[in-house]
Amino acid sequence: MAHTAVERRAFSDVIAVLGCGLGILLGLFLAAGTSDSVMSFHGALLALACVVGAAFILKDAFGKEDPTAEEGYYDGPVKVALIAAVFWAIAAFLIGDIVAWQLAFPALNFDLPWTSFGRLRPLHTSAAIFAFGGSVLIGTSFFVVQRTCHARLAGRWAPYFVVWGYQLFIVIAGTGYLLGVTQSKEYAEPEWYADLWLTIVWVVYLLVFLGTIARRREPHIYVANWFYLAFIVTVAMLHIVNNLALPVSLMETKSYILFSGVQDAMTQWWYGHNAVGFFLTAGFLGIMYYFVPKRAERPVYSYRLSIVHFWSLIFIYIWAGPHHLHYTALPDWVQTLGMTFSVMLWMPSWGGMINGLMTLSGAWDKLRTDPVIRFLVVSVAFYGMSTFEGPLMSIKTVNSLSHYTDWTIGHVHSGALGWNAMVSFGAIYCLAPWLWGRRGLYSQRLVEWHFWIMTVGILLYITAMWVSGILQGLMWRAYDSLGFLQYSFVETVEAMKPFYLIRATGGLLVLIGSLIMAYNIWRTIRGDEPVDAMEQPRIAAAPEMRPVPAE
Amino acid sequence: MSRKEIDEVTGVETTGHEWDGIKELNKPLPKWWVWVFYATVIWSIGYWILYPAFPTLAGYTKGVLGYSQRSVVAQQVEAARAAQAKFREALAATPLDNVKDDPELLRFAMAGGAAAFADNCAPCHGRGAQGAVGYPNLNDDEWLWGGSIEDIHHTISYGIRSGHENGRENQMPRFGIDGLLDKKQISDVAEYVLSLSGRAKDEAAVARGREIFAEQCASCHGEDGKGNVELGAPNLTDAIWLYGDSKEAIMASISTGRGGQMPAWEGRLDPVTIKALAVYVHSLGGGQ
Repeated sequence: MAHTAVERRAFSDVIAVLGCGLGILLGLFLAAGTSDSVMSFHGALLALACVVGAAFILKDAFGKEDPTAEEGYYDGPVKVALIAAVFWAIAAFLIGDIVAWQLAFPALNFDLPWTSFGRLRPLHTSAAIFAFGGSVLIGTSFFVVQRTCHARLAGRWAPYFVVWGYQLFIVIAGTGYLLGVTQSKEYAEPEWYADLWLTIVWVVYLLVFLGTIARRREPHIYVANWFYLAFIVTVAMLHIVNNLALPVSLMETKSYILFSGVQDAMTQWWYGHNAVGFFLTAGFLGIMYYFVPKRAERPVYSYRLSIVHFWSLIFIYIWAGPHHLHYTALPDWVQTLGMTFSVMLWMPSWGGMINGLMTLSGAWDKLRTDPVIRFLVVSVAFYGMSTFEGPLMSIKTVNSLSHYTDWTIGHVHSGALGWNAMVSFGAIYCLAPWLWGRRGLYSQRLVEWHFWIMTVGILLYITAMWVSGILQGLMWRAYDSLGFLQYSFVETVEAMKPFYLIRATGGLLVLIGSLIMAYNIWRTIRGDEPVDAMEQPRIAAAPEMRPVPAE
Repeated sequence: MSRKEIDEVTGVETTGHEWDGIKELNKPLPKWWVWVFYATVIWSIGYWILYPAFPTLAGYTKGVLGYSQRSVVAQQVEAARAAQAKFREALAATPLDNVKDDPELLRFAMAGGAAAFADNCAPCHGRGAQGAVGYPNLNDDEWLWGGSIEDIHHTISYGIRSGHENGRENQMPRFGIDGLLDKKQISDVAEYVLSLSGRAKDEAAVARGREIFAEQCASCHGEDGKGNVELGAPNLTDAIWLYGDSKEAIMASISTGRGGQMPAWEGRLDPVTIKALAVYVHSLGGGQ
């Protein structure tokens, strides 16, 4: 038995090193053989990443044997993902705030192509959704699936490949944007070769996740894992279909999408809206379903609600995309379906909110004493607000006012900051002491500071965008008594300026909050003694560090 | 494994499963949740009956109301046109000079002109028509190509160096670039031009410049430098400068000949809108 385990391990190492070797060859081939300088740079990046990966694997393979290394939970990849998530959160907020100031003061782009709004904006959205959100999802899903299946993560190198391969995708995509490489599809800007790389990473992710579920020692699959699985499977489908493209040449970055005209627009927003639905909603509900009951130490409010809202959410969400294309060349009947399914989506979305909030029944007092719970619960409240606002904005009459205005930006950020970022920070604050075996966070008081600074920042942001967006929409449609447009476009832009300043200030507060978190997490990981251990709940400590309650 | 128990706090039974310490209550669905969900479904079904909703082999279901986005837009555009028709017809029929005699028509032309100006002209001339370097101020009484309402209408319709056959055309020679004058001569002429508005500093240069001016420039700008509206040659004595009042800017103008452009708006805007624009721009302050 021991013999086969060693053999299996050696086999994994050989496969992994061969994979790295293949990557090095391909990377060098691209780096040397193309006249496209960005492709050359990205080829070199691939080769370099594979060299580092191979060195890491070889060092481990020929290193000291640790007989316990293959037992228990496999948390190394989770730790990497958690640190990456903190890093990308700061990056996303920083770039977002820079572009927010650029909107108020356009000269801040310094007239350089690399720092122009058009390149930094996708860098911000991708850093927020895919780099930060994706790292949180990969990290938490690897943590949660092991605990709730009572099984070790499948694969020896595959989980690390998923985490690091995903980081490489982010770096290739992000540097590409700065250098002007984009296929100009919102939230799907990376070009064909980055998309292919992500496809490989994603398929391995699915296999690791399924492999872990397959070896579970619990009879049932916990609801968080349904949501994670729906997220992984659907994102794979969305990603592949929306990125069907023909490269100009295998040695160049440029490609052309297979669809054209309104079909392309529809495919794009089928993808775009379901990126919200399955990446930012289903995946993050997976986080919510583990961390809220775990942290509150209360049972989930309703098992039946979790089943019904899961299936209704999954079935209805996929239809809602056309509401992004109201009053366009999209046929009327498609717009109708997009709108009505968005309205029907309201309650399925709220099922998650009810289950999140009501799980606190009997533990509401923890909101007062545990700021980590507060992050988690307030995130669910923001989720509820955004998923009411979304169906409202999808109604055509409302949409005719809100579409193309800042209201949309405000809506996205009440979801992205209020829901996604807050639930992520709640999970990160839980995970840091649990993963690194600490008695608690370095400072719970800093979590308090982070919570309030960020909450004020988000509220400034979304209220500024509500006012600005509605004002903008009303100005665009204002006619004088003789039937002429009341305002020119540039006057509506001028009217936005005060709200741009408020928004940028709100964004700055969110950024400051994230820096406080990074400091707190760093001190926690480093192993510094918590400054307020007595104030922290028992659950804040790693399982092995929790005091045994006297009975 | 499965062990159902009663949750102490809520008094509700659990499902008996447990994952990493997490249990689930066996609560029924909240009634209000179910009913609101049904209500949205019923509302949607009603909407599908009333409006276009599902694809069919031959097209799509049209809905009881016969709604079509395209026809709604067509109706709204038609209604907007009809509301303005009386004034538009009157403006089309009224000679430019007579628009001011009909207060209602003048009000319409001013409103339409202001709206068209804000979206089409303001990007270069500024929202208050105050102009910018290279783009004339339209509030003063200096007009390169004439400030009568007819002149303004002509300029707007056909543009300046626009390539349109009726466009305003002239070209000042590129004295420096084409080597017609050397750098010192250009400096001297510039000094002379400055002297026309009393800003010269070097009398000797002014004297040299005066000779060159008489030879090279006076045929368009006039012996006295007061310009010629027929040729679009600017008045150089009024301290209004399209490209800046520094000596460097004036030397650059002499050297390169400048030659800014304005598009012909005929074909881009309809004739009535151009007429309204002419009325509006003429009213801005410097109309002659």
